[in-house]
Amino acid sequence: MSLSSDDVEKIAHLARLAVDPADTESLSRDLSNILDLVEQMQAVDTDGVLPMAHPLEMSQRLRVDEVTETDKRELYQSNAPLKENGLFLVPKVIE
Amino acid sequence: MSELHDKTLAELSAGLAAREYSSVELTEHYLQRIDDLDGQLNSYVTVTAERALEQAKSADARIASGDAGPLTGIPMAHKDIFCTEGVRTSCGSKMLDNFISPYDATVVTNLGEAGMVMLGKTNMDEFAMGSSNETSYYGAVKNPWNTDCVPGGSSGGSAAAMSARLCAAVTGTDTGGSIRQPAALTGITGLKPTYGRCSRYGMIAFASSLDQAGPMTKTAQDAAMMLAGMAGFDPKDSTSADRPVDDYVAALGQSIAGLKVGVVKEFMENDLDSGIAASTQAVLDQLKKQGAEIVEISLPNAHLSVPAYYVVAPAECSSNLSRFDGVRYGHRCENPKDLEDLYKRSRSEGFGAEVKRRIMIGTYALSAGFYDAYYIKAQKIRELIAEDFQKAFKQCDVIVSPTAPETAFGIGQKTDDPVSMYLQDIYTIAVNLAGLPGMSIPAPLSGGMPVGFQLIGNLFDEARLLNVAHQVQLATDWHKVTPEGF
Repeated sequence: MSLSSDDVEKIAHLARLAVDPADTESLSRDLSNILDLVEQMQAVDTDGVLPMAHPLEMSQRLRVDEVTETDKRELYQSNAPLKENGLFLVPKVIE
Repeated sequence: MSELHDKTLAELSAGLAAREYSSVELTEHYLQRIDDLDGQLNSYVTVTAERALEQAKSADARIASGDAGPLTGIPMAHKDIFCTEGVRTSCGSKMLDNFISPYDATVVTNLGEAGMVMLGKTNMDEFAMGSSNETSYYGAVKNPWNTDCVPGGSSGGSAAAMSARLCAAVTGTDTGGSIRQPAALTGITGLKPTYGRCSRYGMIAFASSLDQAGPMTKTAQDAAMMLAGMAGFDPKDSTSADRPVDDYVAALGQSIAGLKVGVVKEFMENDLDSGIAASTQAVLDQLKKQGAEIVEISLPNAHLSVPAYYVVAPAECSSNLSRFDGVRYGHRCENPKDLEDLYKRSRSEGFGAEVKRRIMIGTYALSAGFYDAYYIKAQKIRELIAEDFQKAFKQCDVIVSPTAPETAFGIGQKTDDPVSMYLQDIYTIAVNLAGLPGMSIPAPLSGGMPVGFQLIGNLFDEARLLNVAHQVQLATDWHKVTPEGF
């Protein structure tokens, strides 16, 4: 499995990561090596095997629909890099 | 009388109860050791001295009022992956260098309610991704046995701090071996419980179907005491196991005569390092001497555990780490020109190289057209591995193997080759994929460096694992050897 520089740029965009053009070559080599390791999976026949959904075969637990959290907006926003009037600020998205 | 920092949790508990020393004195002793010695190791990223002394004072009051539990007043540390209210929780990343957690992880709450004193937060591989603690934003941790070597990872700070006795016990997390491999490389005892046994609430997520918290300690008995404090059902974690917690400490007294111990055939052959093989054999001989029966078992798909893991774990990490967007908390780039620029630069500046590699592998594996070939295939292999274990447990009570393929390696030795680093976990990863409990206890040293012996149990069989480890430790001194100079 070998990823090209174009592949790497496409994956980086999907992951919302910026890749320095100087690093693309070494990154594509590293990622290709990891995918070579992963490729070993293809050697085993898994037809008819059910993919594991959960190690304990648990099903999703539901809770009673009751209010359990109090308003902690200010506390939770204390880590926000940029905020105003209880809102998170981002660059303008609508012209 | 042994030094305060050489005492086990049970000894400390008794000493506190008998007023031989106070929790404040004990806490001051450990804070002094951190001050004196951690400059050589870099095992702590944050020391919370003031808060620790306050907690110690409360613990002393609790002991005086007769309201103390077995862990009350004992100084410990948390891996910096556990959220601690009002204290920076960095997860070893620049991304969270400025993050002050607004709440406590359930494991932190549980041990706090038990009266333990938190000395600080330990260093770790960034977002728990690594096997050497070299991916930390706060720098590599050094192994107290040889400061040119790594302590293993990702709970490398926890392992080094425990090995150097800069805390009486410490928490770790294990997604593919991150408690057991560093425990092996630093000569301590480490336990990864069954998936779901300890709450993941407030434990910063890496791969949610694999992550599990556990104790790292001097002895199996200490691990039993710690797990008793950590484990339990938590409604705040949707995958928490809703079943009673066994009495791990009470289960420690049982003879292991007649115990069936399964040796993993595939892990003992091929190119196993001769020193690791000899140390492993010494523990097997000891088990036999104590009446255990050694049988050979096979895990025919275990060789696929590393490949399957490097699909499942990166896939889940790419999803979990998408929350870091520079908007709500964590690192934000300067002057973003638009929203996409904000995301891309904040993430690229905030994450280190290994985290970015794993996010990209996961993104690729989950992308349209590749999902079945990678993620579904890996989950099928996971099922095969879990079935292998269940077949093996029909022939034996516990499964054993080496914990890691080699002793601690040099700092910088594997950083240029991610795949060689991944192979550190060849004996531990299958356990996570199957959700089983696994433990590493010290075996005899090899070339003067620690070696770990791995014990694997069936689901929720922690009590048996801890008892087997305790019985071996009652009869041997391998766990009592400590690094020179610490």
